Amino acid sequence: MNTRAVRAVARKDLRIALRNKGVVLPIIIVPLIMMILMPALMIFLPIYLEPMETGEELRREMGAFFANMPAELYNLFAGLNDQQTWVVVASMFMFAPFFLIIPVMVSSVIGADSFAGEKERKTLEALLYTPITSAELFIGKVLAAFLPAMVVSWACFVLYTVVVNAAGLMVLGRMFFPNLAWIVLILWVVPAAAALGIGVIVLVSAKAKSFQDAYQMSGLVVIPIILLLFGQMGGILYFSTPTVALIGLAIWAVDAALLTLAVRTFGRGEIIARL
Amino acid sequence: MPEWVIETHNLTRHFGALVAVHGLNLQIARGEVFGFLGPNGAGKTTTVRLLNGVLNPTAGEIRVLGMDPIAQGPAVRRRTGVLTESPALYEPLSARENLLIFGELYDVPPDVLRRRVDELLEMFELTARADDKVAGYSKGMKQRLALARALIHAPDILFLDEPTAGLDPEAARQVTELIEHLSQEEGRTIFLCTHNLVEAERLCDRVGVIHRGELIAVGTPEELARRIWHGHGIVVRLGRPLPAEALASLKRLEGVAQVEVENSDLHILLDQEHRTPAVVRALVEAGAEIYAVRPREHSLEDIYFQLQANARGGSA
Ligand SMILES: Nc1ncnc2c1ncn2[C@@H]1O[C@H](COP(=O)(O)OP(=O)(O)OP(=O)(O)O)[C@@H](O)[C@H]1O
Ligand SMILES: [Mg+2]
Repeated sequence: MNTRAVRAVARKDLRIALRNKGVVLPIIIVPLIMMILMPALMIFLPIYLEPMETGEELRREMGAFFANMPAELYNLFAGLNDQQTWVVVASMFMFAPFFLIIPVMVSSVIGADSFAGEKERKTLEALLYTPITSAELFIGKVLAAFLPAMVVSWACFVLYTVVVNAAGLMVLGRMFFPNLAWIVLILWVVPAAAALGIGVIVLVSAKAKSFQDAYQMSGLVVIPIILLLFGQMGGILYFSTPTVALIGLAIWAVDAALLTLAVRTFGRGEIIARL
Repeated sequence: MPEWVIETHNLTRHFGALVAVHGLNLQIARGEVFGFLGPNGAGKTTTVRLLNGVLNPTAGEIRVLGMDPIAQGPAVRRRTGVLTESPALYEPLSARENLLIFGELYDVPPDVLRRRVDELLEMFELTARADDKVAGYSKGMKQRLALARALIHAPDILFLDEPTAGLDPEAARQVTELIEHLSQEEGRTIFLCTHNLVEAERLCDRVGVIHRGELIAVGTPEELARRIWHGHGIVVRLGRPLPAEALASLKRLEGVAQVEVENSDLHILLDQEHRTPAVVRALVEAGAEIYAVRPREHSLEDIYFQLQANARGGSA
């Protein structure tokens, strides 16, 4: 493995992607809205709007969510009033599925530029004439999308932790975030989600004609994540530590399958045939 | 016996039912400029891909620098440079960035690479714009940069796929001069795909003509010309058609091998160029209104036509 060539590919793909507004804008705006602005509003606003009642009130209103909740999680809410309950529900549960959108979005938008975009701009052929192997080329391109997805996701997590704990300090008098489930989410599921975005985009890029096409097709990945969100609110599935670990495992399994298929679309002969 | 740096034996590539390259036998010597002439779809680009191990052949054998591009693709590509049909540059990046990236892909040592990039920028007259985005370059500049990129690792063999296609005459001349320099001063082996006859004649030691995937002739440009054209063609533009009896007496003139009428043009084949004044004089005396007389330029298509006609005639 020629790591210098791999790094050269990763660096140039990232540099080119970051000079494309269609890539940079979503990478900045989506995390800002989804992981900073929305959480800040959802967590803080009710604190000022709702009169304080016992937590029982809110628990009745969100019946389905609390009805099937495992004891491990239910204990989190013992003795909390409405505001406190809301802060914990919103910060611990509501945003966890959203958090998976970030790595998928970042990796697929950069991946779309590096795989479909490179094809659209017809610059792949010159690369194929260099000594780089298809595997090195593939790994370089995957890293160009994967590493920034991790950086952005983890940066979001740090900011999110600050927002949530600020609310925790105000309302509960203590910092309560993150719990173990979140740590598993960040270290185990987020990388899997980043890889998922790439796997899908590589397969889609083999067919797509342009960066836009590929990026739009890959948007479908967000659907299962939204299902997770509703599943949780409907009391079907909770972001407890074991569940999060299992979700991670499931995504990694899908990743393995997708990347195996993706590598097969990425031999020199296959690429040339699509140029 | 020269050292062959490229040898193919019966090289063949199919795409489904289409035969893009058929039974190609090539031998190219070190230091030679070999012109690969063919019209669109003849199989030129496919051959370059095969020779560089980017595409696998359906049948046949290839040796490039003594290696097999199928089994030793990276090793072959380390010593060949390719100017692709479209420049395939990274437009959001600068010329310098483009060259540095490819230098890393070819694993040129970092200190050598920096020097090499400066040298190439200088040689290709890009130094002043070296740090501007390629997107703003003219077509000629892009082509020069693509050529510089193909040379970043000082390859033994340079493949040029239609290097002057789509350039204006001035930019084309610049590129042609650079290619001349690479061959004459640096002694590189050059495999030049083109459908431009003038370019091939000026640059190439030998040319091979490929048509529908088959090599139909190989030789020096002079050899080919001798084999193909038995005589000298001229075109006479007339203001109005020539009367039939004048046409008949023209055909009887000494040295006139053939006369064809195309609209108001006469295509006349002479056995030798110096017959031209006599023919023109005869036409004037016959009352022809001559607007222009020019030597007939042969398009590549004419050459194939002629080559094929000759081949048919030879085998009959
Ligand atoms: N990947 C491919 N799949 C199917 N057919 C192909 C492929 N690549 C080339 N061909 C076909 O093979 C034939 C030779 O193509 P090639 O590109 O080698 O021609 P060329 O001589 O380079 O022509 P041009 O002057 O247009 O560049 C053409 O008919 C082309 O359509
Ligand atoms: Mg071609």
